[in-house]
Amino acid sequence: MKEILSAISVMLLPLIVAVILIYAAYKKVPAYDSFIDGAKEGLFVSIKILPYLVAIIVSVSMFRASGGIDLISSHLSIVLHYLKIPVESLPVMITRSLSGSATLGLLSDVINTTGVDSYATKLSSVIVGSSETTFYVLAVYFGAIGVKKIRYALIVGLLADIVGIVAAIIVSRYFF
Amino acid sequence: MNIVFLFLILSSFVIGLITGKLDDVVNAMLYSSKKAVEVSISLIGIMAFWLGIVKIAQKSGLINIFSKIISPILSLIFKDIKKGSPAFSNIALNISANALGLQNAATPFGIKAMKDLHKEAENKDIASDSMCMLLAMNTAGFQIVPATVIALLVSFNSKNPTEIIIPTLIVTSIAFVSAIVLSMLFSRIYKG
Repeated sequence: MKEILSAISVMLLPLIVAVILIYAAYKKVPAYDSFIDGAKEGLFVSIKILPYLVAIIVSVSMFRASGGIDLISSHLSIVLHYLKIPVESLPVMITRSLSGSATLGLLSDVINTTGVDSYATKLSSVIVGSSETTFYVLAVYFGAIGVKKIRYALIVGLLADIVGIVAAIIVSRYFF
Repeated sequence: MNIVFLFLILSSFVIGLITGKLDDVVNAMLYSSKKAVEVSISLIGIMAFWLGIVKIAQKSGLINIFSKIISPILSLIFKDIKKGSPAFSNIALNISANALGLQNAATPFGIKAMKDLHKEAENKDIASDSMCMLLAMNTAGFQIVPATVIALLVSFNSKNPTEIIIPTLIVTSIAFVSAIVLSMLFSRIYKG
């Protein structure tokens, strides 16, 4: 299945680009001029999201540097111990929604301390692989359009992350 | 967002004082903004390229055709998108690129879709139900093969790095569906 999927992945983007260009030629649309128009939009969008990224990345980095995540971990580790969930996976669970690069670093830590084929590594890998960095996605997508009131978007994102973690714990226990 | 922002920064000062890591907090405050600039700069090229390609498809009318095909399915989930909106195509491209692990293409498509939704929104300052739905689908991060994690496991010489694929697929599907269901639920109960 993995081979088929990677074949599709390799083929998909060239296919999309080719279909778009061939159809544009058929419709006699000036492809180059249109491209430049859209590309300008891309430039502005990237600049527009910068303030939102600064707000999210700086505040999350500060919270991490203060030891806030370790503090949450130490309180939750008793609960995890009771549920027979490896405590080593806890920092990964908490950081997953906050910072993508930090999560990958923490996953490497889990691998280094418990071994690459340990249960903690497998559980952490499932958690990292099955989710996205909610705060980052929020900053980029809502930053691009500049909405001020995000309503329930963050709550839903975080609740879905929690559902994902619980599912990861149950599914991993069954598989590994 | 205001509460989250205040909480993260103020609690980092308080916790930093208690744990004696206040200098780390200050360093993070002064230096981590550089990372935000790097992320934003690294997005420029890929964003310009894909939004350029999407613009060609838009001008030729291809986006409209694709939107008509895909809208019957997507309008079940995105209830307040207008009929024939180009948002449908871009949402479909965003989700399929994400599923295949092509984040570099998925983000520009998703942002284009957000902009389409924003154009149609009556109030430009508030996230509409469709915007929240699209965001939830992206924060859930549905992906068929978790390539980055597998690459990391391979680099540590894991015996069987691909054994996480099926469990991860099950978990990411559960999270993805629950993000959709939760968005629908919240759109009913959350007013304002």
